[in-house]
Amino acid sequence: MGVELTSNLDSGNKTGNNKTESKKILEMRGITKIFPGVIANDGVDLEVNVGEIHGLLGENGAGKTTLMSILYGLYRPDGGEIIFDREKVEFHSPGDAIRAGIGMVHQHFMLVSKMTALNNILLGYRTPKDPLMDYEWARKRIEKLSKTYGIEVDFDEQIINMSVGEQQRVEILKALFRDVKLLILDEPTSVLTPIETERLFKALRRMSEEGLTVIFITHKLREALEVTDRITVLRRGKNVGTLITKDTNERDLARLMVGREVEMIIEKKRKESKEGKAVLRIEAVHARNDRGLPALKGINLIVKQGEILGLAGVSGNGQKELEEVIVGTRKIEKGRLIFNGEDITDYGVARRVALGISCIPEDRIETGMAPSLTVEENLILRDYVKFTKNGFMDFEVIEKHAEKLIDEFGIRTPSPKVAARTLSGGNIQRLIIARELSRNPLLLVASQPTRGLDVAGIEYVRKRLISFAEEGKAVLLISEDLEEIMQLSDRIVVIYEGEIRGVFEREEADLEKIGILMSGGALEN
Amino acid sequence: MIEAEFLASLIAASMRAGTPLLFATLGEIVAERSGVLNLGLEGVMVSGAMTGFYVSLVTGNPWLGVLAGGIAGLLLALIHAFFTVTLKVDQAVTGLMLVLLGLGLTGFLGRDLVGQVATYIQPVNILFLSSLPYGNAIFNHDPVVYVGILLVPLLWFLMNKTRYGMELFAVGENPEAADTMGIPVDRVRFLAVLIGGFLAGIGGAHLSLAYAKVWTDGLTAGRGWICLALVIFSGWMPQRAIFGAYLFGGLDVLSFKLQAVGLGVSYHFMRMIPYIFTILVLLFSVIREREKFGAPSALGKPYIREQKF
Ligand SMILES: Nc1ncnc2c1ncn2[C@@H]1O[C@H](COP(=O)(O)OP(=O)(O)O)[C@@H](O)[C@H]1O
Ligand SMILES: [Mg+2]
Repeated sequence: MGVELTSNLDSGNKTGNNKTESKKILEMRGITKIFPGVIANDGVDLEVNVGEIHGLLGENGAGKTTLMSILYGLYRPDGGEIIFDREKVEFHSPGDAIRAGIGMVHQHFMLVSKMTALNNILLGYRTPKDPLMDYEWARKRIEKLSKTYGIEVDFDEQIINMSVGEQQRVEILKALFRDVKLLILDEPTSVLTPIETERLFKALRRMSEEGLTVIFITHKLREALEVTDRITVLRRGKNVGTLITKDTNERDLARLMVGREVEMIIEKKRKESKEGKAVLRIEAVHARNDRGLPALKGINLIVKQGEILGLAGVSGNGQKELEEVIVGTRKIEKGRLIFNGEDITDYGVARRVALGISCIPEDRIETGMAPSLTVEENLILRDYVKFTKNGFMDFEVIEKHAEKLIDEFGIRTPSPKVAARTLSGGNIQRLIIARELSRNPLLLVASQPTRGLDVAGIEYVRKRLISFAEEGKAVLLISEDLEEIMQLSDRIVVIYEGEIRGVFEREEADLEKIGILMSGGALEN
Repeated sequence: MIEAEFLASLIAASMRAGTPLLFATLGEIVAERSGVLNLGLEGVMVSGAMTGFYVSLVTGNPWLGVLAGGIAGLLLALIHAFFTVTLKVDQAVTGLMLVLLGLGLTGFLGRDLVGQVATYIQPVNILFLSSLPYGNAIFNHDPVVYVGILLVPLLWFLMNKTRYGMELFAVGENPEAADTMGIPVDRVRFLAVLIGGFLAGIGGAHLSLAYAKVWTDGLTAGRGWICLALVIFSGWMPQRAIFGAYLFGGLDVLSFKLQAVGLGVSYHFMRMIPYIFTILVLLFSVIREREKFGAPSALGKPYIREQKF
């Protein structure tokens, strides 16, 4: 395999773009996959042409990842067949798929974080000096790929020290290194900044020009329209249509994807009086990150009743630490937290919760839930003490409580008794929101609340946040999505390297100013 | 020059006493690097010790004994691998079962070996080196000691410079990532556990055939547990394991020697030294590992492909 790369690249150059011939490289027919309680794929057909960028669009839980995991040999289908490169194939493991020429960049990166980028790219690969590692040879090869596609990484850096954008580039190189004919990218943009997304799209177009076929999974309509040639829409495990991108539009796609009309833009009405009572006062707070380095350097913030305060910033600038400081899971080194007039600096998590602080954490699966507990158990995690009778859990009441919330917050689950980990990302988020809001708190810290959600999910979460604030409660919205911050917030503050760099009322905020502050620049005035 | 003599004999004895620990520790490093914890090390070692002793006694060939010890360890590891890797049973439970199995079986089967004298492994002089100052301490050992020493750079090389090492590391760190790159996770783990068992078995055989030169019930006396601590002490790196193993070998010997010198301290207290040290090592490593790269991330976790989280 190794020797073929150069010739492959060259021939790719010569044959160029195959779009017009529209030969099929992949045909999946009647793919069915059943997980306990869910039909993730229900007789899905998918056809992909050589050299095209094919969008796979669908809400969370529609079955996109499952379908591609089956193609990649990671999951065994319960029915259906796959024809790849004109041959009927049956992959028993990803190794088989790799050998056939399929690469996949997974939604959750598959990288060994304590290894360097180079070792990750070479993982499982036999270099000419095998079993020794021929780094010289590998470097040259990767450099060539880097140039061809404009994807740069620092070979010798450990993954753990890399930004998510960089990690993704390692993932892509890992696939390209193995001479793939078909590259699958599972929601690659959900972790990228707008600039990184642009760079990725450029690289994808390059690949398509070189004759490579790309399957681009997303739930973001605009991106699907921008970069793909054709789009297949999945809804609830079924293929509901394959469209030619230039003949369709955002509205039609949304309708197809969700199955009904959706509101594309939700904005919060301005709060009437500007002088709400302060619910949370953060006074000159200092804190360190997990590595012991200063992460918050004297943060001052006030979150008022009835408002959504938007905290804008590129992730990794202290947002996570701020979330944890407020919730009580990170130690405050210096400074004070005043909640509703009470100094809570030294209070533990439970006491803060009892006072009325709720949180949608950034890392939903790690800190937001207990994956192997059931849905109903997850729904009472914060207040489980209230659901006991004579010291025992009162499962009758718990189940009733769960059923009410499942209904009210539209959590899609086969039953309240299934393990929460089997829910899709959007439904996990609904579960967390249901738990946090049903406690009727005074303050909600919402960290990246719509990250990774689909259109309907985003619509839902934003509406919830707004109605919560309109009830006179306070929301601290931490988000990397500037558009979201602009649409929802009454006031906007920018965080950079653990410091607040600017405070705006919404009417005086503009994207450009905030963008400059977010990247560490200063405003001239 | 009593001190120099004492020191020389202490060094020599540390190497001899440390060699069983070194083998078992190196083997466990390989297994744990793949993500499988073998808490049954004590049982594996003791099986190697008894089997080795028995085979040497019967055949009169201590080398067959060492080999048989390795194979006995391998067979116990096979049980561990089958349960934890193939059937995905909890690693701690299976490991503890191995301890009981190993100690019980050897106690029962080895009844008649107690008090017997087998053929032991003899030291060899390496050319003239043993006539150097302290030479006698370092260059007058049995071949297994030297094999142990050579095993360190060999394993270091395999683990750090070859594809096998990278794959082993990846499987223990992030089995899902390894799987998506076509690395057969379960096969790698299975093999790593077998290697671990084989080496621990040889360590046990060295204990009965070169160091203790006797078989008694429960001969290993907690060495398997010490090795589990040594793996942590060495940060899962073979090059560090040798220091830990020799240090503990030295402590073991020291507790005897000091008695012989007659410090007037209770025998039982002296015998506690290595174990107290083990506790200290564990405490120390817990504090240290926080910031340093420590245990393999997937250590103890079975890998099941279609299971989320
Ligand atoms: N390994 C799994 N075990 C159980 N259920 C799963 C598993 N993977 C996916 N599912 C379920 O299958 C459905 C489709 O999920 P997925 O393919 O991840 O959707 P998408 O990628 O479109 O968001 C969801 O309901 C999800 O909960
Ligand atoms: Mg998905």
